[in-house]
Amino acid sequence: MTHQEISELLKQRFPDAILEIKTTNVIDPFVKVSQPMWKEIALFLRNDPAMQFDFLMCLSGVDYGKGALGVVYNIYSMTQKHKVNVKIDVPADSPEIPSVADVWPTANWHEREAYDLIGIRFSGHPDPRRILMPYDWEGHPLRKDYQVPEFYHGMKVKY
Amino acid sequence: MTEILANPLLTSTGRQLRREEVIVNVGPQHPATHGVLRLEAVLDGEIVVDVIPHIGYLHRCFEKHAESMTNYQQVVPYVDRMDYCAAMNMDFGYVLAVEKLLGITVPERVEYIRVIMAELQRIASHLIAAGTYGLDIGAWTPFLYMFRERERILDLFEMTCGARLLYNYMWVGGVSHDLPPGFVDKAKDFCSYFRPKVKEYNDLLSFNDIFVRRTANVGVLPAKTAIAYGCSGPVLRGSGVNFDIRRDDPYSVYNRFEWEPQIGRGERGTTGDCWDRYMVRIREMEQSINIVEQALNQIPGGNVSSAIPKRIRPNPGDVYVRTESARGELGFYIVSDGSGSPYRVKGRSPCFSNLSVIPEISRGCMVADLIAIAGSLDIVLGEVDR
Amino acid sequence: MGLLDKKFSNSNVIITSLDDLLNWSRLSSMWPLQFGLACCAIEMMATGASHYDLDRFGIFFRATPRQTDVMIVSGTVTLKMAERIRTLYDQMAEPRYVLSMGSCATCGGPYWEHGYHVLKGVDRVVPVDVYVPGCPPRPEALLEGILKLQEKIRSESMAKKTA
Repeated sequence: MTHQEISELLKQRFPDAILEIKTTNVIDPFVKVSQPMWKEIALFLRNDPAMQFDFLMCLSGVDYGKGALGVVYNIYSMTQKHKVNVKIDVPADSPEIPSVADVWPTANWHEREAYDLIGIRFSGHPDPRRILMPYDWEGHPLRKDYQVPEFYHGMKVKY
Repeated sequence: MTEILANPLLTSTGRQLRREEVIVNVGPQHPATHGVLRLEAVLDGEIVVDVIPHIGYLHRCFEKHAESMTNYQQVVPYVDRMDYCAAMNMDFGYVLAVEKLLGITVPERVEYIRVIMAELQRIASHLIAAGTYGLDIGAWTPFLYMFRERERILDLFEMTCGARLLYNYMWVGGVSHDLPPGFVDKAKDFCSYFRPKVKEYNDLLSFNDIFVRRTANVGVLPAKTAIAYGCSGPVLRGSGVNFDIRRDDPYSVYNRFEWEPQIGRGERGTTGDCWDRYMVRIREMEQSINIVEQALNQIPGGNVSSAIPKRIRPNPGDVYVRTESARGELGFYIVSDGSGSPYRVKGRSPCFSNLSVIPEISRGCMVADLIAIAGSLDIVLGEVDR
Repeated sequence: MGLLDKKFSNSNVIITSLDDLLNWSRLSSMWPLQFGLACCAIEMMATGASHYDLDRFGIFFRATPRQTDVMIVSGTVTLKMAERIRTLYDQMAEPRYVLSMGSCATCGGPYWEHGYHVLKGVDRVVPVDVYVPGCPPRPEALLEGILKLQEKIRSESMAKKTA
C-alpha cells in the first residue's frame, strides 16, 4: 500500500488522533499523530491484517527548538513490504509519550536512548533508565541549549 | 541442561547444599567482549539466569558532532568511526542519505566504485568477525589466517585512498579518489586468491567438531523474536528470515548483479543458533566476491568528482535511508533546516538492536555459551554507543 | 629490589650489569593487557597478527591486569570508562607502563571540540609513558611506539625510583 493509502486508513480508524498527513512535496511522507492515542494506533499498525507493521526500523528523538520536542518512528512491514513514518510532537516542559516497548521490543532501547539524550519520558516503559550516559549524569546532551559541565567525578570535561 | 538442574546437590553424607545466585560482571575489560561492553550476568552456579547489558562506555557524542559541523561533508570521518570494522559501509549509508535529501544522482562509475568498496569492506569485516569469534571459542589459527587475507584487502584500500582502517573515502556526490591504475587487475587477483581460502576456513573452523559443539543449538533466536527486536543482517538471516536490504529495498546498482542472500537452515543444530549466524557470514563472503568480480567486469569510465556539490544546502525536510552494512540495517535519519550544517543526524546502528536481544536468548545457558552468543551477534561498540 | 637499591645507591659495575640484565629482561617480554577500546584496537590486533608480528618482540597479550606490564590504551576514553581504566591501572603490578595509542587517547582526538562524554586524553587519569599519534596509527607506528618504550626501559636504573 502507498503511504497515502495507509494514512487514509489510519484517518478513518482514528479520526481525532491524526493531526496531519503530508505525502506531496516532501521527500519522506509522514503522518503526525497526537500522543494520547499513540499506543492504540501502534497496536493497530502491528496487528491489522492489511498493515502488519512488524519491524520498527528507527525511533529518533528530535529537539525542534523553541520549546518543542518530537519523536519520529520509521516502521516497515516484512510481509507487506511497505513503510510508514509517524511523527509525534510534544512540548519541552512536559514531554510524555506512551511507550511502545511492548508493541515492538526494538523500541525498548531506542526509547531509553531518546530519554537519555533528548529527555522525552515514555510512560509505561519497563526500564526507564539512562542507557548511553552514566547513570548519575545530569541533563540531556542532545538538546540545543545543553551546557557541558565543567567537571565530572573530578575529571575535567572540556579540552 | 535439565539433567544438571534436576540433580540435587548432595554431599557424600547426604547433606543438601543451598543455592545462591551471584552477579558476575563480564567486562568492560574482557578479552572476549569485542570492545567495552559490560554484561551483568546473574549466575546460579554456572547457569546464566539473567543478563543485563550495560553500554555507553564508548559514547563519543557522534550526533552532537554531526550537528556542530559546518558542512555535511565534514560528518563523514565521524561516520567512519561509528563502525570502525566496516567504515566504507558506514560512509555509503550516510552519503546515500544526504544525496536523497539533496536529490542529486551520481555518475555510474561512482556507483560501481562504491559497490566494489562496500563489498570488499564487507568481506574484511566478516573476516574480523569470524576470526575473533574463533578466538573467543579458543581457536588461534583461523584468526591469523583471516587477518592475513584482510591485509590484502587493506592493501587495495590503501592503494586507492591512502588509509587502512578509516577512509573518509565516499563523499556526498562522489568519491574522494578515483581508482588508481592497476586496481582492477589487483582486485581480480585478490578475488581468485580468496575463493579457495573460504574452503580453508571451512576445513579449519566451520566444520570443526569442537566448534560445532560449542556453537550449534546455542543461543537459538526464533525468527519472530528477531523481527520483533529489530535484528537485521546475519543475525536475522541466521534465523531463517530471507531479507536483505540490497535485494528487498535496493539502492545504488545492486540490482544489476547476480547473487543470493544467505540464510541459516539449522544444518548443524536448530535454525537460528550461533553456528547458523557464523555460517551466514562465511557464505556471504563468497557472495560478496561474486559481486566484486561482476562489478569489476562491468565498471564504466567517467569522472568521479563531477557531481560533488560545491555547497551542500538542502531544503528543509527529513529523510530516512537504510543500507545493508556488514552487521545489518544501517539507517540514517537526517533532519535539515535549510542551512549548510545538519540539524539532526540519527545513526540507526544494527548492533544496537542486535545487542538488545541478548537477554532473550541467553537465559538458561552456561557462562561459556554466553561468550559464544555475544561473539555470534558480532557487535562493534563504536556503533552501539555512537 | 628494596634491599638492593639501598645498598648500591651509587652506580658501580655490579649495578650496571644487573641494571642491564633487569632492563633487558623487562623490555624483551612486555606483556600488554588485552584491552581495546575502539578503532585503534583493530589496528593493535592487526599488529599482533601475522603480518606485523608482535610475538617476535616477546609481546603476548594477557587477559588480566594482574599479570601484565604495559597497558596499551587504544581508543577513545570516555568519562564512563575512565574510572575503570584507573582501576585497571591500579591493579597492575609494578613496574608498569602505559602506552597511549592513537590521538583519542592522547588528547581526545577528533572528539576534542564537542565531545561532552570524551576524556580529552588518558593522561588525565593515568600517567602515560609513550604517546603514539595517528588516527588510527599504522601498525608500523605502534611498533615504533613500542620500541621507544623499550628504549625508555633500557635507560632505567634501580638506583632511581620510577613511578
